[in-house]
Amino acid sequence: MLSTALIIGFLAVCAATVMNLYRLLVGPTMMDRVLAADTMVINAIALIILYGMQQQTNAYFESALLFAMFGFTSTVAYCRFVLRGDIIE
Amino acid sequence: MPFVEECVISGCVLLGALFALIGSFGIVKLPDLMTRLHAPTKATTLGLGSLLLASLMYFYQLDGVFSINELLILLFLFLTAPISAHFIGKAHLHSQVDPEIELPPTGRPCGWSTYEQTSVGDDDGRPAGDRGGDYRGELG
Repeated sequence: MLSTALIIGFLAVCAATVMNLYRLLVGPTMMDRVLAADTMVINAIALIILYGMQQQTNAYFESALLFAMFGFTSTVAYCRFVLRGDIIE
Repeated sequence: MPFVEECVISGCVLLGALFALIGSFGIVKLPDLMTRLHAPTKATTLGLGSLLLASLMYFYQLDGVFSINELLILLFLFLTAPISAHFIGKAHLHSQVDPEIELPPTGRPCGWSTYEQTSVGDDDGRPAGDRGGDYRGELG
């Protein structure tokens, strides 16, 4: 039962990533693209978690944590660049 | 693995995947950025929380050890999702929106605070309220 749930979870998160990719490509403004990239990072973390559950190993959690940190940092850096024209003043 | 635990873990996985799908569908479906911002910051973060909870219970069942990694990721995501959403909304307001036309009046003597407030580290000496709709032209 859990393997079926994991397969459904993989399919749903992959579909979600494809939707984010659509918004990343057609998004009319720049902040739409930033938002889509931020959500893609969250979906990538979800995929890593699901893959770790399927492989029955917890070796991937550090990569998930790194993804979370770098996703947040890149989003904030990009928004700050749009706001101020510079990242570190 | 006992049946009840497997049911609970599978339910958490399905719920998390459903919420992630709903959040990303909202990104495609909703009309403009300020409404689009709601979907990933709430639904997708909640879905990932459910997935991490499922993973926490699964590895507790598998190894018998309580792993703190999922809780760290959960805490970090739940702390940073509102901050990044706030930054995206603020950057959108300053780069795309004309505050005179597109924003409703505040009904107070002061206007929208994101345009008027000068932060503590702001050392460029401009008076308050001098960063309105043409802020994009002042970059660089």
